[in-house]
Amino acid sequence: MLSALTLILTCQLIGELVTQFFGLPVPGPVAGMVVLFALLVVKGSVPADVGAVADTLLKNLSLLFVPAGVGVMAHLGLLGQDWLPISVALIGSTLATIVVTALVMSRLARANNHDHGEPHNG
Amino acid sequence: MADITEVWVYLSASPLLFLTLTLAAFQAGSWAYNRSGHKPFLNPVLTAVILVVGLLTLSGTTYDTYFEGAQFVHFLLGPATVALAIPLYRQFDRVRRSALALITSLICGSLTAIGTAVGLGWLLGASRETLLSLAPKSVTAPVAMGITEQLGGLPSLTAVLVILTGILGAVLGPPVLTLIGVKDWRARGLALGTASHGIGTARALQVNELAGAFSGLAMGLNALATAILLPLLWRLFF
Repeated sequence: MLSALTLILTCQLIGELVTQFFGLPVPGPVAGMVVLFALLVVKGSVPADVGAVADTLLKNLSLLFVPAGVGVMAHLGLLGQDWLPISVALIGSTLATIVVTALVMSRLARANNHDHGEPHNG
Repeated sequence: MADITEVWVYLSASPLLFLTLTLAAFQAGSWAYNRSGHKPFLNPVLTAVILVVGLLTLSGTTYDTYFEGAQFVHFLLGPATVALAIPLYRQFDRVRRSALALITSLICGSLTAIGTAVGLGWLLGASRETLLSLAPKSVTAPVAMGITEQLGGLPSLTAVLVILTGILGAVLGPPVLTLIGVKDWRARGLALGTASHGIGTARALQVNELAGAFSGLAMGLNALATAILLPLLWRLFF
């Protein structure tokens, strides 16, 4: 368990170092995800303890957003100034993004499934 | 015997109190969510945030004091993001098979997120700073803040808008996806991750690992896509 946690933290640290060093436009932990993914591909399987630690972290992923969410309280004044455009833009844009992404993906993925086994260009 | 104020001063100086409060508020939120038969608006993150903000306001505690305790929970976001490699690896065969569809939908979603956020805000007369802070709202917080800062918006406002977008997506996303008849787990996950980053991914993972894998990947790719597209689009239009 401890070795799995060390591995995950090491991947994050490598991710932070690489993004800082090269000035990449992704956060360190996302780069760390790529590092861990690459290690899993090289190894060819997920070690049981790494899987267990990851599953525990991800089962509680929602909880981890609470401290950042509480940060809303420090900016209520700022939100109040432009509250109407902000709330319409947030709700409208979030819904539009979900609908567009899901519809495009389900159409394209379905077309892809029909092609299954046949050569296709692309 | 110690005065109650002294006990309060002692407790609020250590991380224990606000760490416990964060966990307890989330537990209360999860309990209400399960009790209600999983009503979307009783999202545990939303309930927990409202409870904690209420208690901090009542007790006159600042966010900085609260965060000294809550930072231990917050820190785990990093390792949890790295851990998204595991569902991605387990589902990678299916991700690879729909790679072209995935990239196309992601770019459509990314452009929709930027375009509609700025467009709606502009129509309703938001200030330039607000527009810049709204533009990357679907992207995971550290990247969104970096983009806003680079373009001259307010990173702290962006952080708040990012979190609100995440909660909105987690609350509204699943019922809307059901309403428009999208049953494909890949499409559901991709949509949640593109529109509402990690909070959407957390929601997707609760339901289905395939959706979670697509969502986590969408979160990472949308961060990259927006970081590249948004500065270009902004210079084109403003």
